[in-house]
Parts: sequence; C-alpha cells; structure tokens
Amino acid sequence: MKILVCIKQVPDTTEIRIDPVTKTLVREGVPSIMNPDDKGGLELALRFKDKFGAEVTVITMGPSQADLILREAFAMGADRAILLTDRKFAGADTLATSNALAGAAKTLDWDLIITGRQAIDGDTAQVGPEMAEHLNIPQISYVAGLDYDGKTFTVKKQTEEGYQILQFEGKGLLTVLAPAFKSRYMSVGGIVDAYDREVEVWGADKVDLDESKLGLKGSPTKVVKSFAKELKQPGVIHEVDAEQAVELIISKLKEKHII
Amino acid sequence: MNFNLTKTQELFRQMIHEFAEKEVKPLAAEIDEQERFPEETVKKMAKLGIFGIPVPKEYGGAGGDNIMYSIAVEELSRCCATTGVIVSAHTSLCMVPVLEFGTEEQKRKYLPKLASGEWIGAFGLTEPNAGTDSSAQQTTAVLDGNEWVLNGNKIFITNAGQAGLYVIIAMTDKSQGNRGISAFLVEADTLGFSVGKQELKMGIRGSSTAELIFDNCRIPKENLLGQVGRGFRIAMKTLDGGRIGIAAQALGIAQGALDETVKYTKERKQFGRAIAKFQNTQFQMADLQTKIEAARLLVRSAAFKKDEAIKNDRIAYSADSAMAKLYASEVAMEVTTKAVQFHGGYGYTREYPVERMMRDAKITEFYEGTSEVQRMVIAGNLFGKI
Repeated sequence: MKILVCIKQVPDTTEIRIDPVTKTLVREGVPSIMNPDDKGGLELALRFKDKFGAEVTVITMGPSQADLILREAFAMGADRAILLTDRKFAGADTLATSNALAGAAKTLDWDLIITGRQAIDGDTAQVGPEMAEHLNIPQISYVAGLDYDGKTFTVKKQTEEGYQILQFEGKGLLTVLAPAFKSRYMSVGGIVDAYDREVEVWGADKVDLDESKLGLKGSPTKVVKSFAKELKQPGVIHEVDAEQAVELIISKLKEKHII
Repeated sequence: MNFNLTKTQELFRQMIHEFAEKEVKPLAAEIDEQERFPEETVKKMAKLGIFGIPVPKEYGGAGGDNIMYSIAVEELSRCCATTGVIVSAHTSLCMVPVLEFGTEEQKRKYLPKLASGEWIGAFGLTEPNAGTDSSAQQTTAVLDGNEWVLNGNKIFITNAGQAGLYVIIAMTDKSQGNRGISAFLVEADTLGFSVGKQELKMGIRGSSTAELIFDNCRIPKENLLGQVGRGFRIAMKTLDGGRIGIAAQALGIAQGALDETVKYTKERKQFGRAIAKFQNTQFQMADLQTKIEAARLLVRSAAFKKDEAIKNDRIAYSADSAMAKLYASEVAMEVTTKAVQFHGGYGYTREYPVERMMRDAKITEFYEGTSEVQRMVIAGNLFGKI
C-alpha cells in the first residue's frame, strides 16, 4: 500500500498576534510548525506503515523553509518527501493549492491520500476535499478512525451528532482530525538521518496542470477587507425562576425582532 | 567559530523539549513525592532512542553526538532532574566506557541492549572509604581460572537495581596502587551480585541510588573492560565525560527554576503590581539568566570538545568538563535558592516545583566529583606538575 500525505507548514497560532494597524498576522518571531491535523494524518499513515508495511510519501507546497516539516516527517518515519516550490505556486488560494497538489498526485503512485482536516492559519478545510474532486476519487472528511482488512477501508467519521461508520474500496482521500491520532515524537535516529536524506524539490513543470490554474493566477479568492474581531460585551446573568426566565427570553427575542 | 546548533541538533532540541514538557514534567512532582523510579518514562525514552544518543548506528545507537546528548540531559532536567540523571548515568558512566574501552565483542554484545534501552546501565566506583579518594578501592577482583572473582561493596550507585549492566572498578593488585585497579562488566543477574538498601535522599528522589554487594561474584574472564591495571584511568576518563552530563543536568535544573520564576513573578502581585515589574526582581533575574547562559556555553563547549576528541585523541577535555560541572552546579544552586526566595512562602511548599529543584540542584555539586575535585582537575591542568 502506498499512502500520500499532504502536510503544511503553518505559524504556531498559539503564539500569534495581529498587527493592530495592518490587521495582518505578525509572522516575525513566530515559530513555524507542521499543521496539527496534518501531523495527525501523518501519524495515521505511519500506523499503517507499522501495521501493513505501507510506504509513506509526504508532500508540501510552500517556500523553501517548508523543508523543515519534511525533515520532521522523515524523523517521524516517512519514506519519501516532496517539496513543491516555485514562484508560479505563490499567492495560491485553496483552489490553486488543491490544483497544484492534485497535479502532483497525478504523477505519483498511491492508494490512499491523507490530508489534515484544516490548517490552523486559514481554517478553511477546503484543500483536501477539492483535491479529491480534481482527482475524481471518493473522499471522507473528519476522520477519527481507520481500519483495513486487506480490501476494504472502514472509516470512523466524526459528525456534529456523533460518528458515522463508512466503508470504501479502492482509492480514496481522507481528511483527518488531529486529536484522534496522537502523533509520535521524532525518533533520535530518525533525526540524525533526516538531513542526510533527499527531499525532492519539484517546480511547476513537474505538476500535471496548466499554469493558469496555479498560484495567484489560478486563485479566484479576492480578499476585500480584513479586520480584527470586536470583543463581544460580556453577558448578563439574571437570577430568576423558570417562569420569569421564559418571559425574559421571549421579551429579549422580541426586542431583537427574532420572534 | 559557530555558536549555532546544527539543523540536526536544533531538530533534536525541539523534539526533546516537547517530550520533556509533555511526558516528563507531568510526572516530576509525583515521582519525587513517592520516591518512585519512573519506569513508564524510561520505556518511552527507550522507544525514541534517547538511551543511545552518542552510540554509532552500527552498535544499535542513534548515531548522534555529545552536544545532542547534553541537550537531552539539559531539557529533561529542566522538567525533572531524576529523569535527567537516569539518562546521564546510563549513557556517560556505562554505555560510553563500553564504547570507548570495550573489545569489539563486548561492544557487539552489550551496546545494542544499552542503546535501545532494553538494559539501562550503571557504574560502580564509590565505596564507603573511597569517595573523593577513589584510588582507595577495597573491592577486589582475583582471576581464578577463566573467571574473575569480585568481593566488596559499592555505595551511592545511580540506577542500581534498575540496570542490566554495571561497569565496576575493583582492585586487582593492591601493591601497584592506581595501576593495580581494573574495570569490569557485571551483568545484573550474575550469581554473587546483589543490590543492597536504597538510599533515602534529599533530591533526585525518583532515581534509584543503592549499594552494590559482591560476594564471591564470578564473571567471565572476558568481562574485563580494557586492560588489567588500567581501571583507574578508565574511571577517570569516564568521569571526564560524565561531568558533561551532570553539568547539563545542573544547567537544566537552573533553567527550569528560572523559567518557573519568570512565570510566577509575572503573576504574583504585591503592592498593587506584578513583582516582575520591580527592578530588584528584573536585575536579579537578569544576572541569573546571564549566569545560566554562561554555564550553557561551558557545557556545549565541553560537549563539543568531547566530540572532537572522538576524532582526535590528542584533544583533552577533562578541564573543560570540570569547569562546566563546577560552574553549572554552583549556578544551579544559586538560581534554585533564589527561585525559592522569589516565590516566598509558596516556594517553600510542594505546590510549586522550585523547592524540589533546589533539593535536586544540591547533588550536582558533589556527585561525579565534588566541586573541590573539579577545582583540583582544573588547577592540575593549569599548573601541571608543581
């Protein structure tokens, strides 16, 4: 079995600040990390490597610094790493990103593609599902568990109400939730070898796609305005009995023209 | 000259930092309180290869260097000094002497077990009457046919009872003085070998410290480590490396205590403002961080020299490791004592980790050579023969 895992380097949003004037992320001094959901996806793939001998390839699109997360993936146990980096990829929104990744995937041999549910810098959760559409394969998002009997994949998908158990055969794409797959640490031996191994650097010419679908050119998203969220007023606590509470709620809802 | 860590060392630092924060820190207070050896952490560390950092891959190690090893002990000790010393004693005092002085057969036999953490290692030099004067060995080893027969006692042995292999120093010919001392490899399940009472300690209370008893303990002739009569030199060389580990442990304790104090003084309010806002707090803490950074440079420099010495045996690092240990351990004591002071009454309670850190710091001023011994080593290097 061959698994392709898509990973992204993101700023560690637990340490991020917004510039009050420009309303953009202050990236200086903020450490870059492997996106947590993607790391969960890599963990799932590596568990399949441990259990079924799967071959795990990681791929990322980004600037040359994104090499770091590929080294980390090597040190965790990935077999092969590809960095998609080219000025032509720059400025990509989710559609152009998924075009590039799917274009790269078309030139690779895989049985399963795993991505994280969403990245902590954009939180769109779009790239994985879009890739599946471009590649015309089934997709299951919000994956919290995966089994394989040699033929059929059984997937535990998280929903707002609980879980769905789904099955599929053949090729597919899964988007994974980090908390379901606590990722392993890099091993010391893996770290020692990580920088001696080859990260394959691919430009736009290696991707099976028209250049008009890549980077800024291929991005229909336009950011009209960005703004910092206003802080909400703190709530008011009314210590009243049930009947008074009902009256109060009804009057407040009427006040806001909700009912 | 380059003070940066290499990319590999930096990647390793990130991993071990995260591991220490998530896996080691949550247990630190509990294992101290219960005086419990942290077996679960040892298993996790074994799986990641932390017990085999500076051992070449051909012997089952990670193939890392001594800078990485010192970073490991520092980061582990920043959260839990017990965990730091388990790795340090295992690596520096048992695995490394096998690597540096062992025969090819001994290396093939023992290093894969030690580097994988299947066995942890220990080292026995100290005796009731041979502490700083370690040449006054009373444990004897006598060759009887194809076996060495060991008799005597070792005390204060770190990892005792937990280890699978012990490097033991014993007298083979008393008439030869230091040149009558030899080193041996003793497996834990050898007949005639037993572990005595556990010491109840002031600090590093989760680590195992006990007596070793040799009562007509017979080991195969081939378990001699190095040559007959070279044991004292092996012990001294081993301690040269070990001191880098203890210096790193002291450094980690100091940094851990200062980090806790930064956090606390930013939260603790007196006279209407956080005590971190008082200049007295800021200036004292600035001085302490400066000393910690100086200690870090000494530790890294000694580790770097040890790595260089592996490639070129003319490079000496014994004074470097002695200076690193002397300075880092005294800084650890100063920082942890002041950390408790900054925490005030709360710092004296077990609600906060700084009292544990202060208790843990003290040992670094005397195990693997007291501060006075470090000064003797440094002065010896400075003056030569007077």
